[in-house]
Amino acid sequence: MAESAYVAGLAIQNPEVLDAPRHSALVRITHWIHTLSFFALVVSGIGILLAHPRFYWGETGAVGTPSLFDLPLPFLVTTPTYVGPSSWGRNLHFLSAWICVLNGLLYAISGLLSQHFRKNLLPARSDLSGRSISGIVSDHLRLKRPSEEESLTYNVLQRLAYITVVFLLFPLMIWTGLAMSPSITSVFPILVTALHGQQSARTIHFFIANFLVLFLLVHIAMVCLAGFTKRVRAMITGRSVARKEPV
Amino acid sequence: MSHILSRRKLITTGLATAAGISGLGVAAVLAERYGLVPPDHGGIFGVGETMTYTAQRILMSRHSLAREFNRSQISKVAPINGNPPESETYQRLLAGGFQDWRLTVDGLVARPASFSLAELKRFPSRAQITHQACEEGWSFIAEWTGVQLSTVLNFVGVRPEAKYVAYFSLDEAWWDSLDMPDALHPQTFLAYGMNGRELPTGHGAPVRMRVARQLGFKSVKHLRQITVTDTLKNIGDGRGSAGPAIGYSWYGGI
Repeated sequence: MAESAYVAGLAIQNPEVLDAPRHSALVRITHWIHTLSFFALVVSGIGILLAHPRFYWGETGAVGTPSLFDLPLPFLVTTPTYVGPSSWGRNLHFLSAWICVLNGLLYAISGLLSQHFRKNLLPARSDLSGRSISGIVSDHLRLKRPSEEESLTYNVLQRLAYITVVFLLFPLMIWTGLAMSPSITSVFPILVTALHGQQSARTIHFFIANFLVLFLLVHIAMVCLAGFTKRVRAMITGRSVARKEPV
Repeated sequence: MSHILSRRKLITTGLATAAGISGLGVAAVLAERYGLVPPDHGGIFGVGETMTYTAQRILMSRHSLAREFNRSQISKVAPINGNPPESETYQRLLAGGFQDWRLTVDGLVARPASFSLAELKRFPSRAQITHQACEEGWSFIAEWTGVQLSTVLNFVGVRPEAKYVAYFSLDEAWWDSLDMPDALHPQTFLAYGMNGRELPTGHGAPVRMRVARQLGFKSVKHLRQITVTDTLKNIGDGRGSAGPAIGYSWYGGI
């Protein structure tokens, strides 16, 4: 509903253009649900990983077989006398994965229907030129804060980053997750055979998780650079500046 | 005007809420009726367990087969998790070459029975080369030989009200259960052979369950008893397996 506030006519009627809602209500709600579920997924993912911090390529892999790489972490394995972190980790991982996926579907479907993706995330063809991109990259490298005007819309780097995360990394995360399930792959074997096997799926799942965490760190750094309070307020109330009076 | 509107809004909201709650109630009854609720559905994590189990049981074919592999893909290393039971009973059975071992099948069956290893081997023998993943993350491929659980269940005659098959290990701490779709699944074996040999002690001698579409912990080793039942509430802590007590889910299809 708040999406309608993007309509230019409404913004002009408003004497203070900067007071226009920055994010629709649906984007704001799904953003914070996603924040919680992603945090839970990372924590529980690490919990699961600690049972066997070793990675392989292909169908199989275990202690005693060659690994792709070993993380310098202890093996915290559940025994009759010790409940390891993979126990609560897997329970929390699936609960938060369900929340993450359903919330993500709500976001994706509404983003398509409201044209949020097309209007706000799809880069304009002209913005994809080398000069346009290098200009923004050099602004970033000089840690130049965006103007208020600029912060009302996403620049081409943001658009590319968000589109990659939403339409590439998260779908891959779901795919590689499902590819590790023996019951899902009994129905759709291609989910795992296309990835060269169950252990490959696990390894790719781990790498994409790292990319997503990297994205999160850059995202938070950019929010701080652009003005933490303003940007977080915009994602909570929808507005970049404090409202003077209720409309 | 605003009063009328707010009253109308109140009524609509009330009706929607009532419809929502009764809808959820109906869904819960139907889910229970059609076996879509796992025994470990309690608590906050039970919500995730239930969603996973319900979604898989609704969306997936009940008899889809886990992937099978070639002999050349059998893993050279098949790690062993945990030690064989230290109990006097198990050590005595092991020393006697499992001549005295019996597998009891009871509960909701027409003809309760108990089988020696030789008797189990007289049923038609099947083999599968399948992937087994431990919940810890490692995995291996092995060939398992045995009798389909469904063959034994058909032999003793499962009563129509049966909903679960519980199975118990000689390792007193370990037991688990399957719903009927997985119990009757063609790749669910009572396995007595591995990679062309007798099942090694570390892998569950004399007989282990083999559940190809679920994580390794469902393939309980050193079986001694199978009980067909319509409820798991009276077994253990009522959550369908020894797993939930250490944080493992009952449904291991993942």
